[in-house]
Amino acid sequence: MTTLGSKTAPPRSVAGWRSAQAKRAIITVLGWSVALVIFFPIFWMVLTGFKTETAAIADPTLIFSPTLESYQAVQARSGYARFALNSVAVAFGSTFFALLIAIPCAYAMAFLPTKRTKGTLLWMLSTKMLPSVGVLVPIYLIFRDVGLLDTRTGLIIIYTLMNLPIVVWMLYTFFKDMPKDILEAGRMDGATTLQEVCFLLLPLTLPGIASTGLLSIILSWNEAFWSLNLTSSKAAPLTAYIASFSSPEGLFWAKLSAASTMAIAPILILGWMTQKQMVRGLTFGAVK
Amino acid sequence: MTKTRASGRTVGGLRTLSLQAPAVTLLLLWMIVPLGMTIWFSFQYYNLLMPDMAGFAGVENYEYLLTDPALWRAMGNTLLLVGSVLAITVIGGTLLAVLFQQDFSGRGIARVLAISPFFVMPTVSALVWKNMMMHPSNGVLAWLFESVGLPALDWFSALPLTSIVIIVAWQWLPFALLILLTAMQSLDEDQVEAARMDGAGPIAIFFFITLPHLRRAISVVVMIEMIFLLTIFAEIFVTTSGGPGLATTNLAYLIYIRALLDFDVGTASAGGVIAIILANIVAIFLVRMVAKNLAD
Repeated sequence: MTTLGSKTAPPRSVAGWRSAQAKRAIITVLGWSVALVIFFPIFWMVLTGFKTETAAIADPTLIFSPTLESYQAVQARSGYARFALNSVAVAFGSTFFALLIAIPCAYAMAFLPTKRTKGTLLWMLSTKMLPSVGVLVPIYLIFRDVGLLDTRTGLIIIYTLMNLPIVVWMLYTFFKDMPKDILEAGRMDGATTLQEVCFLLLPLTLPGIASTGLLSIILSWNEAFWSLNLTSSKAAPLTAYIASFSSPEGLFWAKLSAASTMAIAPILILGWMTQKQMVRGLTFGAVK
Repeated sequence: MTKTRASGRTVGGLRTLSLQAPAVTLLLLWMIVPLGMTIWFSFQYYNLLMPDMAGFAGVENYEYLLTDPALWRAMGNTLLLVGSVLAITVIGGTLLAVLFQQDFSGRGIARVLAISPFFVMPTVSALVWKNMMMHPSNGVLAWLFESVGLPALDWFSALPLTSIVIIVAWQWLPFALLILLTAMQSLDEDQVEAARMDGAGPIAIFFFITLPHLRRAISVVVMIEMIFLLTIFAEIFVTTSGGPGLATTNLAYLIYIRALLDFDVGTASAGGVIAIILANIVAIFLVRMVAKNLAD
């Protein structure tokens, strides 16, 4: 950090430039220190994943001989892959269905608006405000009675409905930005609604649809209220699997870290890529 | 939108309606059915352990719940948790947004590092903090405290709610930063420059230009965080299980205890109704604000 500051130290001749450079150096140090402090727990977790269990609980140090034994143990002992597969199935499944249901809806709202469209959008947003804990009891009982407890199907249903308002909302904002003339031209050439959507709308708004899908995947992947309450072993995704490390405190830090690193790495990377769309989706377009 | 198209197809309510029908129907069911059941159960005697006792309970569940000191403790904890996390994330997020808006070497990477915790699943953040950071003998914080001569702290027994606040704030500070940084980018540089020409210092610029510009984004952050923070669950579930005693039991966790540990569906549902009412008070303001934005 300090070398960064001194490296940019300016010549003594221009006083104004010098103070500007000094200010820049201070801000660089400050900005990086804050970023590193915030990121530290993640960094430490990744590091601990490469330690042995003994090294994991020893005094903090950056010098140790890295090992992959925790990664192997996590798979061998608890079958990490099974939970990862559940997470993938649930996140992709729910995103697929949410897009399938939301695309026609957003299409209608963007291209065939009626005077009720705005009200419908706002009502959809308001369903997102219903706290999940408020409906825990009925959902649990319904799931128990129809045999959906601890099934991937059950979680896919919940996550599809949970993300549907955000997905509709985001797609609507992307579709609305598309010039209407193109669709109109397609229609002139005799395209049916389905052809219009499949061959014109979808290819043209693919980046928007992709980022909507990514947001939905991230939200489903990280969801931990329903996964903890509605699954136990069979359909448990990674959020619930990681929670199982909470009981034997202090014994399996390296394994916890290895499992956690694998669980968050893909989403962290997706998150970095979709920051901007994330803001758009999470604030329902209220912050641009 | 014209009434008929070149293709001769009529346009209007019917097609719009049929395209929207699946999404609207599903969301309507998703909202009405569980909500209706929660309200219905909240007026019933319904305990899974006592199947004989059933029937209309009137307001008895509410009476039982509202006279239970656990509820008020949980409400207090919920408010403390939401209030503290909001204060930390909004004030911290604003300051960090100003910092990360400045031009410095490697700013892009520093920003990415700083917003990362928001993408970490709640069970992972809670367990990493509980074990590797806050563990009384082997945690990094204990090591830090000892190396400056302070006694190590047993975070979860000495300061249980504070520990939860720290974990949750760590997750949501990046959210506030992300939103406020986005809002900051639409700040008019000319206006800032003009103020600087007129002799305004950085503090004056912050209070008279930056902060008013961020007002709307800040209120969005406050409302969205409130809706999520009112029902924080996983972080408590994997760290303290609501304890010691009721020290970290919030409304969401209390409902969980009543429903899935005590099997008292009636009381849990009454708690659910209270949670819904609380969330709706916030939601009304948020929806209104988004509606205003939609009109522009």
